[in-house]
Amino acid sequence: MNLRSDESARLASGSIPPIDPEAKARPVVSIADATKVFGAGSQQVVALEGVTLDVERGDFVCLLGASGCGKSTLLNLIAGLDKPTTGRVDVRAERTGLMFQEAALFPWLTVRGNVEIALKLAGVPRTERRSRAAELLELVHLGDFAKRRPHELSGGMRQRVALARALAQDADVLLMDEPFGALDAMTRDRLHDELEALWTSTGKTIIFVTHNVREAVRLGDCVVLLASRPGRVAAVYDVTIPRPRRIDSAEVATLAAKITDQLREEGSRGRRDR
Amino acid sequence: MAVATADVEPASVGPAPVMVRRPAFWKRAWGATWPKLLAIAIVVGVWQICVWLKLRPEFVVPSPFTVFDAMLHDWHQLLDASMVTLKRGALGFLVAMLIGGTVGIAVARVKVLRAAIGSMITGLQTMPSVAWVPLAIILFHQGQGVIMFVVVLGAAPSIANGIIDGIDHVPPILLRAGRVLGARGFASLRLVVIPAALPSVVSGLKQGWAFAWRSLMAAELISLIPGHVGIGQLLSSSGEQLDFVGVFEAMITIFIIGVIVDAAFFGTADRAIRRRYGLIDASGS
Repeated sequence: MNLRSDESARLASGSIPPIDPEAKARPVVSIADATKVFGAGSQQVVALEGVTLDVERGDFVCLLGASGCGKSTLLNLIAGLDKPTTGRVDVRAERTGLMFQEAALFPWLTVRGNVEIALKLAGVPRTERRSRAAELLELVHLGDFAKRRPHELSGGMRQRVALARALAQDADVLLMDEPFGALDAMTRDRLHDELEALWTSTGKTIIFVTHNVREAVRLGDCVVLLASRPGRVAAVYDVTIPRPRRIDSAEVATLAAKITDQLREEGSRGRRDR
Repeated sequence: MAVATADVEPASVGPAPVMVRRPAFWKRAWGATWPKLLAIAIVVGVWQICVWLKLRPEFVVPSPFTVFDAMLHDWHQLLDASMVTLKRGALGFLVAMLIGGTVGIAVARVKVLRAAIGSMITGLQTMPSVAWVPLAIILFHQGQGVIMFVVVLGAAPSIANGIIDGIDHVPPILLRAGRVLGARGFASLRLVVIPAALPSVVSGLKQGWAFAWRSLMAAELISLIPGHVGIGQLLSSSGEQLDFVGVFEAMITIFIIGVIVDAAFFGTADRAIRRRYGLIDASGS
């Protein structure tokens, strides 16, 4: 199955590529009792303990937790950058794309070059790269900035380029590690709208890490609350608020308040344990 | 003179960022040139005043205008000698680039090599190039070999250090971004590490050239090759013949070549890369 060649068609029509029925029934990411331990002896740190989580194809899942709860560790396990100490992490996707809090663009390349290098590494033939990069930049509203260099862009624009670059990998699963954490609120709101629209039109699976409760409720189909030290799943909330959502809507605020209460409780429980 | 040349930080939301245009070429050229002309005028002026004050007899320290006259008269000889020297310099620098480049990449990538010779490269860099000349003469007697040996040993450590430093300081986030995009092994070296290290590599080359040029002069002053008179040998023979005007002519030529090669070649490359990578500030010095 060549996922790459029908990417542009999929971007345009919004349809999900054909998958064999058996694969469709199974979650695209399944994590079973995964534990991750760093170091050894007295220096040992348990980053994740007994995490079990299934993500269905096409889901938008937000992993929510305070800093140090192992969110990034979990993301690295899913991205295949690290292996669990015990337990299993199965990813049934050809590729996973990863976006960080920093745009991490290559400063020696233009905006277009940054997207094209991802296409090149994904095996897209040279002749198609230029037009594919242009499409992807249009998708993130940066069509006019193809020839600029990263240092000439604002933080929000850089993150858009990073998004276009992640999309260029044509990954079925897009992992986002606090991608909008360093942006101002207005820019972030705009990017939330854009990401939601993009997710609706491409049908990608998105796993989005954040410590911002409202952001998680604004974006996710489902919010997975992680507790700290050791990192584990404390609660899972299904978010049924109709899309498109607004971060300042009453429904989002209500659910966010509920989750925040739970988060506080987890925090104080953690303190008592220590 | 602070001229706002480059990019203004664009607004994070809303309309397209406004770019401030760089001023016209002649304006920039004049802005960069007049301070240099002034500096030269001051040096020549001070020199002439010293001559007028007769601190040294006029046949020992000639007036700047006598020297300029002589240079205009002898330009052919000076140019020939300069070409001989520049050819040696270029060849030596090429060899130094090959050796320094290979050693630099090897030391940066192989742990054992770094432990073994990493710190010695800096040691070699601090070694005065004249100190190599006697050994070079023992090894190569007289001739091109001596000059080559000294030039390569002068330049290669700086070039290697530039590469090692560049590779060591590639931002980890870029390596990670490359890995996520699927750049591993050689692809990572070619597409991420080397481009990321480029500004430092060019700085290393620039410094390497400065060392190469000094070493070349040291070698030419000491090692004579009949029939192939370089500018250093011209200087040396002028000194021996008490041709004071000739000494000044040769020294000025050496200085001019050093400045021109550095500014036209390495300076331009260095600035172009830094501007491209966004490493220089908006006022774009």
